[in-house]
Amino acid sequence: MANKLTLQIDGIDVTVPEDTTILAAARKANIHIPSLCYHEDLCVAGNCRVCVVEVSGSKTLVASCAMPASEGMQVFTNTGKVRLARKHIVELLLSEHNADCTKCYKNGNCELQFLASEMLTGDHLFLDLVPGKKYTIDRFNSAIIKDDSRCIRCQRCVRTCEELQSVSALDVAYKGDKMKISTFFENPLFEVVCTNCGQCVNRCPTGALIEKNYVDPVWEAIYDKTKHVVVQTAPAVRIALGEALGLPPGKIVTGKMVAALKRLGFDSVLDTDFTADLTIIEEGHELLSRLKRVLVDKDTTVALPMTTSCSPGWIKFIEHTFPELLPNLSSCKSPQQMFGALTKTYYAQKRGVDPKNIISVSVMPCTAKKFEADRPEMRSSGYKDVDYVLTTRELAIMIKQAGLDFQSLPNESFDSIMGSSTGAAVIFGTTGGVMEAALRTAYEIVTGREVPFEKLNITPVRGTEGEVREATIKIEKTKPEWKFLEGVELKCVVANGLAHAKRVMQNVKDGTANYHFIEIMACPGGCLGGGGQPIPTNPEIRAKRKSAIYEEDMGMPIRKSHENPEVAEIYKDFLGEPLGHKSHELLHTHYTPRKRY
Amino acid sequence: MAELVQRVDLIFGEYSDEKYKVLEESLKRSNEDIIKDILDSGLRGRGGAGFPTAIKWKYTAEQPVKEKYVVCNADEGEPGTFKDREILSRVPRKVFSGMAICAKVIGAKKGFMYLRGEYRFMLPDLLKELDEFHAYAKKLKLDFTIEIRMGSGAYICGEESALFESMEGKRGEPRNKPPYPTVAGYLSKPTVINNVETFVNVVMICRIGPVQYRKLGTHDSRGSKVFSVSGDTPKPGIYELELGMPLIRFVEEFGDGDTKAVQVGGASGFCVPMKKFKDTIIGFEGVPTGGSMMIFNSSRSMYNVLHNYLDFFEEESCGQCTPCRVGCQQLKKGIQAVKRGDKPVVYLDQLMKLSETMKITAKCGLGQSVANSFSSIVNNFKEEMIY
Amino acid sequence: MSPNGNLIRELVEKYGRSRTSLMPILQGVVERQSFLADYDLTDIAKELDLSAAQVYGTATFYSFLDTVPRGKYVIRVCKTITCDMHGKKLILQALENMLKIKSGETTQNKKFTLLETNCLGWCHKSPAMLINDQPYTELTPEKVHDIIAEYMNKS
Repeated sequence: MANKLTLQIDGIDVTVPEDTTILAAARKANIHIPSLCYHEDLCVAGNCRVCVVEVSGSKTLVASCAMPASEGMQVFTNTGKVRLARKHIVELLLSEHNADCTKCYKNGNCELQFLASEMLTGDHLFLDLVPGKKYTIDRFNSAIIKDDSRCIRCQRCVRTCEELQSVSALDVAYKGDKMKISTFFENPLFEVVCTNCGQCVNRCPTGALIEKNYVDPVWEAIYDKTKHVVVQTAPAVRIALGEALGLPPGKIVTGKMVAALKRLGFDSVLDTDFTADLTIIEEGHELLSRLKRVLVDKDTTVALPMTTSCSPGWIKFIEHTFPELLPNLSSCKSPQQMFGALTKTYYAQKRGVDPKNIISVSVMPCTAKKFEADRPEMRSSGYKDVDYVLTTRELAIMIKQAGLDFQSLPNESFDSIMGSSTGAAVIFGTTGGVMEAALRTAYEIVTGREVPFEKLNITPVRGTEGEVREATIKIEKTKPEWKFLEGVELKCVVANGLAHAKRVMQNVKDGTANYHFIEIMACPGGCLGGGGQPIPTNPEIRAKRKSAIYEEDMGMPIRKSHENPEVAEIYKDFLGEPLGHKSHELLHTHYTPRKRY
Repeated sequence: MAELVQRVDLIFGEYSDEKYKVLEESLKRSNEDIIKDILDSGLRGRGGAGFPTAIKWKYTAEQPVKEKYVVCNADEGEPGTFKDREILSRVPRKVFSGMAICAKVIGAKKGFMYLRGEYRFMLPDLLKELDEFHAYAKKLKLDFTIEIRMGSGAYICGEESALFESMEGKRGEPRNKPPYPTVAGYLSKPTVINNVETFVNVVMICRIGPVQYRKLGTHDSRGSKVFSVSGDTPKPGIYELELGMPLIRFVEEFGDGDTKAVQVGGASGFCVPMKKFKDTIIGFEGVPTGGSMMIFNSSRSMYNVLHNYLDFFEEESCGQCTPCRVGCQQLKKGIQAVKRGDKPVVYLDQLMKLSETMKITAKCGLGQSVANSFSSIVNNFKEEMIY
Repeated sequence: MSPNGNLIRELVEKYGRSRTSLMPILQGVVERQSFLADYDLTDIAKELDLSAAQVYGTATFYSFLDTVPRGKYVIRVCKTITCDMHGKKLILQALENMLKIKSGETTQNKKFTLLETNCLGWCHKSPAMLINDQPYTELTPEKVHDIIAEYMNKS
C-alpha cells in the first residue's frame, strides 16, 4: 500500500495515496476540474492546459492532470486567475477550431462544446484563425472520417493508437502553427495501417474523428416499400445502447432495443447472436479438425495455434502486421458476415423473399465492421452480404429521430428465423467470451460432458482489460472418436486491445509460445469497448458493461451454442454439416496480406 | 577610450592552454569537495534559467541509480545568441573537462553533447578534439565517453526535456515536470544537463577556486558571462563581462549613440527601453540573460522587431500546448490587425491579458517566456504598434 | 529495393536499431540526398520497428529534415531580426535573381533550393546564410553573387 498524503484543495483537506495527481485528488473530493487532453485510459499528456489550477508557492499555474499532489500542498481550483486562464485557453482552442457546431456530427456530445458553454465563451475574445488554415477532411474511408478543422490537437487519438493499439497510424506531425495530427505523409486513412477500430473515435473530445454514418441510407431503405429490411444486432449493443439514451452504464436493454427496432420499421429484427452460435460450431470444428490434422495426421501444412477471426479490427491488424501468420486465423467469417451471407440465402429462401430486394443492416459496437462489410470477398450470397453497418451510437440517433421514448418501451422478442440465441453467443461481446463459448461446445463434442466448471462459467479464460490471460484446459475421458485428444492440455490465451494482441502474436511468430487456441479482440475489454459504442468510455463504464454481459448470459435458458435450436435447424435444412461445402461457401473466408509500411 | 565595462578573460583566456590539467587535478578530489566549491562559487546555469549548478549535480549524484548521463546543451537557438559556438570553437577542452568532472561527481559513464544542426560545420573539428579528449580520459583511467548528437533545426530542443526527447529519436516536445532531469532525464535516467558555458565555468571554479570566482559579479549573479552583442552596434561580437552591471553602462560601451532599446535575453527575453537603462541590472536580480544582447537604434520600428519575434515563435513553438501554439498566432495576427486598423487599439489590452495567460499556463519554460518580448515591447512602445 | 536501401542499411548498422538512432539515421539520409522521400521513411520505420507515421511525425518536426524534394545545395537565408535589420531582403533578392526561383523553390536542374530559416547564430556578422552545412556571413549582394557563381561551377 502506497503512503498517504494530505493536501488542501479549495480549503478542503483531501487524503490520497502518493503519486496521485491534483486532478485525481480533486475528483476524489468531488471538485470538478475541467480537462480535455486527459483521459483515464491514456498516459498523461498535459498539453491542452485546460485543467490548470493555482498552487500556493508556484509563480505559474500548474496542469492538475500532470502534477502530483504533495503533502501540505494548497491548491485553488476556482480563483479569478484560474478562471481567466481557462477561458483564454478554451477561446484559443475555439479560434483554431471550426466551431460550426450545428453542422457537426458531435453537436451535443462534444467536450469542447460543453466547456465552451460552461465558460460562457462567445464574446470572440480572439481572432478567428480558421480561414487562414488549410484544413483537410478525409472521408475516403468506409468507417472513419478525420476532419482536421475540428481537431484541437489534444493527441488523445495519437496516444490511443499507440498505447492501446500499438498501431500508430496517427501521429503528430510538423510543429508550431503547422502542427497537426497526421497519418504517414498525410495519406488518407484507407491507404495506411489504420485498422478502423474506432478507439480514437471513442476518445476524440470533438468532431475531428467520427464514424461515417449510414443513418439516412438506412431510413431510405426502411421507407422503400419494395425493400425487405432485415436488421441484426450484435451482443455488445444491448448492454450499452442505454447509455446513449439516458440510462446508466451496465443496463441490459435487449427487449427495449428490439421493440425500438420494430417501431423504426425494420421488417425483421434478428440477432447476430444466432450467427455467433453458428461461429462457435464452425470454429469449434475447425479447431478440432486442425488439432486432428496436426496430432494424428502429422500434417505440417496446418497452422496452429488457431486464432479467432470475429474482430475485423484485429483482422486488418494481422493482415498488416503479421501477414505471415494469416494461416493461423480461423477461416470463419465474423458473425456479422455469416449473418449477412445467410440473410440473402437461407433467410430469403425460407421467407420467400427475393434476395435482391433484401437490405441487410447490422447494428454493431464497432466501426471496423463498416470496413468489413465493404470487403470485396463479403459478397458470397451473390449480393453485398451486409448493406449497411450502424454503430450503437447511430442506432441511438435513429431512436431519437423517431421520437421514441426508449425508457418506456416494452420488452419485445427477436423475430424468427435467425433470432434465437444462447448465453454463449451473448458473451461474444466481452474479452474471453468467444473462447469460453467455444470451450463450452468443443469440450462437450469431444467428451460428451459439460465443461467441468461450476455453472458453465469458465472463469480462467475470462479476459481482463490490460492483460493477456492464459489458461490450460485438460481434456479427459474423451469419446472414442476423439481419443487422440485424451490427456491433451489445451493451451488457450485471450488478449484484448491490439497492443496486447501484438505481443501474443510476436511470441507465436518467434515460436516462444505453444498455444493451441488464441482469442483476440481488437478493443479494450472486447466488443463491449468497441469503437462504435457510446461515448464516453473508461475502465469503470466498461466494467459495468462486462458485468451486464455475464448477467445476460446467466439469465439465458440455453447457454451452449450447440443447443441453439435454430442452429440445429439450419444444419438440418440448409448447411448440412459443420465445415461442409455450403458452410465453406457462405461462412468461411480468406485474408489479404497488406503492407505494414 | 575609458574602460566603461569590466571585461573578464576567464572563459576564453586564462589557462586555456593547459589542456586537461584541471580535469586531472579534479579527478583526485572528492566529489563532496567539488560540489562544495561549485556551491560556494554561487554559480547559476548559463543557459538563461539560472538554476544553481551545484544543487543540480548534488541531486543527480544522490540518485541511487547506476545509469546516469551528462548532457551538454549546445542547442543554442535563442535569436541573438552565438556565444556557445564561440566557446566550442575556441575552448572545447574546457567544455569536455567540465562534462568529465560532472561525470565523476554524479557517477556517469556516458556524456552527450547536443549540438544544433545550424552548427554542423563545426563537427569535424569537435570530433578531432573529442578523440584527443578520449585519449586523455583513457590515460587518466576515467571511464567516460562523450558522443555528439546533432539537432536538425528546432529551437524548442534547447528546452532540456525537449532535448532529451529529440535525443531519444522523438519530436522535441517538452515533458511534464516533475519529474526533473535530475531524477528522470535522458532515457528516464538521472541526468545533469547544463549549458556549454556552465561547464566551462565549473572548470574555472575548479581552477581558481570559489573565493577568487566570487569576486566577479554581484550577490545574486556571481562570475562572468559571455555576451553575444548584435544589432545596432559598432562592435558586434562576443564579450566576456561581469554579471550585475547596469544596462546603461553596457549601452554606453556598445551602443551607437542612438540606442532606443535593448532586447536582453533574446526573443524570449525582455525589451528594455532607453528610459529604463539606468535602473536595469543585467543579471538574475534584474533582467536575466543567456547572453543575448540585441541593440536597436531610433531608426528601427519596434513593431517590426516584435513581428519578427512572433514570426519566429509561431514557427518554433513545438505546438503541443494550447497557450504557446495558439497564443503565438493570436499575438502576431493581433498586432497585425491593430496595425491595419481592423481591431481597435484596446485590443492590445486584450492581447496583453492573453500574454499573461501564456506566461502562467504554458507547459514549458520556453513557452512561458515567449510572451515576454510581446509584453515588454507593447508596454514600452505602444504608439509604434498603432501608427 | 528502394533507391537508398543500402545507405539506410549502412546507417542502421552504424547507429543501431533503437529509437535513439532515429535522428542520426534521418540526418544521414538528408546529408546524402538533401531530403527524405516516402520510401526512405518507410525503410527506416521498418528497420527501427516504428510505424511510418511515427517516423514521418518526427521528421516533420525538424526544419532541416525536409520531406519534399530539395536541390543538391540547400540555401537557407536567416530571416531573424538582426539579419532582417541588416539587409536580408536584399540578399534574398540577389539569390532569387541569380537562381531565377522564389524563396521556397528549387531550380529546375535540382541543383539549388532557396529557403528562409530561423536564427543561424551569426547575428554579429549578419546577414548570414547556410549552403548545406557551410555558413556564409556578412553578406552583400555582390558577395552572394560570387558565392553562388562558385557553386554553379561545382558539379
